[in-house]
Amino acid sequence: MTSITDETLPITPRAVRDEMIVFVIMAALLAIVPFTGLYPFFVMQALCFALLACAFNLLIGYGGLLSFGHAMFLGTAGYCSAHALKVWGLPPELGILTGIAGAFVLSIITGYISIRRQGIYFSMITLALSQLLYFVYLQTPFTHGEDGIQGIPQGRLFGFIDLSKPTTLYYVVLVGFLAGFLLIFRTINSPFGEVLKSIRENEQRAISLGYKTDQYKLLAYILSGTIAGFAGSLKVFVAQNASLTDVHWSMSGEIVLMTLVGGLGTVFGPVVGAFVIIAMQQYLAGFGQWVTVIQGVIFVACVLTFRRGVVGEIAHLFKRSL
Amino acid sequence: MQALYAQLLVGLINGSFYALLSLGLAVIFGMLNIINFAHGALYMMGAFCAYFLLNIGGINYWWALLLAPIIVGIFGMILERTLLQWLTGLDHLYGLLLTFGIALIVQGLFQNYFGSSGLPYAIPDQLRGGMNLGFMFLPIYRGWVVVFSLVICVATWFLIERTRLGAYLRAATENPTLVRAFGINVPRMITLTYGLGVGLAALAGVLSAPINQVRPLMGADLIIVVFAVVVIGGMGSIMGSIITGFALGVIEGLTKYFYPEASNTVVFVLMVLVLLVKPTGLTGRAA
Repeated sequence: MTSITDETLPITPRAVRDEMIVFVIMAALLAIVPFTGLYPFFVMQALCFALLACAFNLLIGYGGLLSFGHAMFLGTAGYCSAHALKVWGLPPELGILTGIAGAFVLSIITGYISIRRQGIYFSMITLALSQLLYFVYLQTPFTHGEDGIQGIPQGRLFGFIDLSKPTTLYYVVLVGFLAGFLLIFRTINSPFGEVLKSIRENEQRAISLGYKTDQYKLLAYILSGTIAGFAGSLKVFVAQNASLTDVHWSMSGEIVLMTLVGGLGTVFGPVVGAFVIIAMQQYLAGFGQWVTVIQGVIFVACVLTFRRGVVGEIAHLFKRSL
Repeated sequence: MQALYAQLLVGLINGSFYALLSLGLAVIFGMLNIINFAHGALYMMGAFCAYFLLNIGGINYWWALLLAPIIVGIFGMILERTLLQWLTGLDHLYGLLLTFGIALIVQGLFQNYFGSSGLPYAIPDQLRGGMNLGFMFLPIYRGWVVVFSLVICVATWFLIERTRLGAYLRAATENPTLVRAFGINVPRMITLTYGLGVGLAALAGVLSAPINQVRPLMGADLIIVVFAVVVIGGMGSIMGSIITGFALGVIEGLTKYFYPEASNTVVFVLMVLVLLVKPTGLTGRAA
């Protein structure tokens, strides 16, 4: 049985160097976006989803755990941040922290429950938990049900960075994205990440070597959920709303799709996948439910013929780790 | 008390659908090692199939009850032959992703042509009206759904646990290579099993058409509840799936009466409790 990410190249100094070079190129390209005339809102949205997909990828690509409920972190952090900013009137930095804290607490609870089962059951449990949360948010008053929380003030970060200016907001989101990305990158290349990969490859053997695999999986889950929450908090400043769409199962499916298209278990794949899928939604926005149909077709095509994803194929072609 | 009995009945009906769907999921998982995410979409297709048969072909409910599962079952077998069979030897998670994609395609297409609102499907004449049982008023159609589902569930159990064909099936689940060595066509059995599971979903769809209306997304949320049912019951035993399905439907019905706010979430909360106490599920073996 081939694992969901079928080839893992060893972490060599060269591989890390390659990845750092690509990272610098990516950061540079993203930094010049405001001067290219690209619609900044689109890129900011894609960056939030890219970070979200990277967080999701930490679980599936390196821990072998397919979460089908990652939208719950996006939505929870979004609601917490939005509430803190709008109702409590907190400044942006505290608003973001509130969102991260919400996602952190949620990931501890749901992680403790869901890592009790592996494989396919883990996916079903995370999906069911996010659906549970969806109904909770549908009914609790602070989320305003179907309307969501609208018109969220962007405010001034640290008192002097005006987030209502698109270019300023763009760079803040970019810095947030790069920080989250580097944290994930560091985790993957750490001894912790190595243990995680060994659990993915053969959990029994990792246990027999003396690793408490449940603790590693829980920690990876919490890290993934919290970073996903950070992405959700950033998204509040971009979209200026928090709604039920962000907690819905179809959002979880989109996160999976982005990572699958880019390449499961690749460092840069989720970023590429997020840009591809967000761009597709942007261009096909007028075609109603055809977007859903096309997403389904991409799922089927990726699983049957393109399991490495865009970045995975490139990495395979050049025999490099990306 | 009237309201309590009415909610219990609704619970039993939902329980019938949970049982039929989780039964199909368990049978498919046993043979194909795939969690069929498209199950909800195929349930919806069953309902639409009945709707088309009636409105285009003029074919009544009783024939739809037979024909819709066969038509959708054949559609499922085509899916298995053209798409799912290529997953052999890959990680189980790919099966989930592929069938999720299929569900998106099917639901998206139906939404394109029929919007999101419900289409009415009339209760057949023979099952109209109700009976006064003394303690409650029983709409005949609803009673019929519960009884008929129960019969189908038990028949499926009998087919798998007590017949020669079922014995082959269980053997192929345990060790397909060995069963093949005995000259049994395992790939064909896999296709038929998928068809059977899908047919059960479509049957549930036909049964629900007069109660819940025919909507493109009628199976989308249902399948997630059924996943929770499967996690609670485990997929190790056929009878386990049936009993868990009905039991959870009843519990959900009771919740609707005593604490309606939690009726959407009670199955998920129970899932959490079961995971905390007995992570392998009530009847499941360690996976």
